[in-house]
Amino acid sequence: MIIRPVTTHRIAVAALWTVTVLTIAVLLFIIAFILAQGAPHLSVEFFTSSPRSMGREGGVLPMIVGTLFVTGLAVAIAAPVGIGTAVYLTEYTRESRLTALIRFGADCLAGIPSIIFGLFGSVFFVITLGMGLSVLSGALTLAIMVLPTIIRTSEEAIRAVPRVYRDVSYGLGGTRWQMVTRVVLRSALPGIATGVVLSIGRSISETAALMLTAGSALGMPRSLLDSARTLSVHFYILSREGLSMPKAYASASVLIVAVLLINLLAYWSMRRFVAKVT
Amino acid sequence: MKLDKFIRVVLLLVALSGVSGLALMTAFIFKEGLPLMVRLGVADFIFSSQWYPSEGQFGIAPMIVGSLAVTAGAMVISLVFGLGCAILLTQFCPPRLATGVIKPCIELLAGIPSVVYGFVGVTILVPFIRDYLGGPGLSVLASSIVLGVMVLPTVTSISADALRAVPRSYREGSIALGATEWQTTHMVMLKAAMSGIVAAVILGMGRAVGETMAVIMVAGNPLAMPDSLLSPVRTLTSNIALEMSYAAGDHRKALFATGVTLFVIIMILNTIALAVSRRRARRAGL
Repeated sequence: MIIRPVTTHRIAVAALWTVTVLTIAVLLFIIAFILAQGAPHLSVEFFTSSPRSMGREGGVLPMIVGTLFVTGLAVAIAAPVGIGTAVYLTEYTRESRLTALIRFGADCLAGIPSIIFGLFGSVFFVITLGMGLSVLSGALTLAIMVLPTIIRTSEEAIRAVPRVYRDVSYGLGGTRWQMVTRVVLRSALPGIATGVVLSIGRSISETAALMLTAGSALGMPRSLLDSARTLSVHFYILSREGLSMPKAYASASVLIVAVLLINLLAYWSMRRFVAKVT
Repeated sequence: MKLDKFIRVVLLLVALSGVSGLALMTAFIFKEGLPLMVRLGVADFIFSSQWYPSEGQFGIAPMIVGSLAVTAGAMVISLVFGLGCAILLTQFCPPRLATGVIKPCIELLAGIPSVVYGFVGVTILVPFIRDYLGGPGLSVLASSIVLGVMVLPTVTSISADALRAVPRSYREGSIALGATEWQTTHMVMLKAAMSGIVAAVILGMGRAVGETMAVIMVAGNPLAMPDSLLSPVRTLTSNIALEMSYAAGDHRKALFATGVTLFVIIMILNTIALAVSRRRARRAGL
């Protein structure tokens, strides 16, 4: 029997829709499952107190502070370096062996698994530079990890700024640096912000690299050289060691909500950027 | 003008920090791991399946096999689902639905922390496999499914880019010849975008090989070689993450050597992906 092409077309399209709907269903299921199980265990006390008896009781305040410290510092280091790299690649040089090398470095870094970053951080920052398991070691390791994302999104955003803008700035007698800071970066800002926001999301989610570099101390981090347990690491330890399922679900729902908000922010700033340059 | 030159030099130094980081990383990982590998014999380290750190025996064959098995399974799932989503997004779906709903959802899938994937896997998928398919539940199959979902966004976004880059005229020409949209898709579009799709799959493989936390939670992590889809498995990444916290001396070096092996596998995959997409860029330029 010969199946008519129109019939195969219909079958194929139906199959593609099924696959896509299933994928989205998995996403919605994960979010709904975690939130439904976690939300009943959330309370003001959960956000404002320290964990007791290894995390079976109490809250996650030190983990939230630790996450903010590590993420904030990592992005504060990676953003200027990444944006600087993008500015150099787009405005200060032509394509050459050197730019190829810089791009190759960023591409390779993007592909390296987080556990390798963790190994590197644990021997370089923790031991060789003597920083110990600390907020600083964790943040520096994360900064290298998110660097490629920031470079790539900033480069794309800067390239999307129309040529005319630059010509006008030169025409008015501005220097290259004035053109970059006052015209190009200003127009590219929402695009660059998207990359930075995505890096924040990645930092919050990261677990493997931080276990090996920032450690898993339960106490409140009081300085950059204190060990800090981030929320993802805390969640991993709670569920892996079976300490407390309610607390694990609650921590997971905080993580999920944070990730949702961050993605929403990234989506919004991307749309603003697209609206601005086109 | 002097200031301009100064800024240029500063920016160049900043731009080189990524490459320097990469070089430093490579140097330190190899410095810690390679000497032990050479002392034990690279072949022995890779092909032996005896991992008894307290007796100084280090063989990572089961973990290499484990990583490869789990990655292969993950790629089957992410290829079916990821490529399916990419085709639907670019060929058959109304653009507003694609950019307004489906694409953000798939991007969100990429944003969910890997520990959450592992957790959902171990609370839902693992008991399901144990009850309905047998075995301990913690298995190659469970890891493949979880990893497949995790690398799906990578496969989807890169292959969607490749499909979008195919010139409009190809599609229009094929439709004008009387082909149905599906014939056009699988005979013309997929063929034209093939190298991009291959690059997407290879990058996805890199992701899957390197994933750590989700796999630890659903794989079971025994030392034995996995012998079926339902048997538990330990990957290279979980070997490092599980033992790093208490390892010392040669044991610690052996974990770095595991890292060296992983690093080499990833570099090979990345180089292939880069070469494939560069060839594509060159061809598109012609």
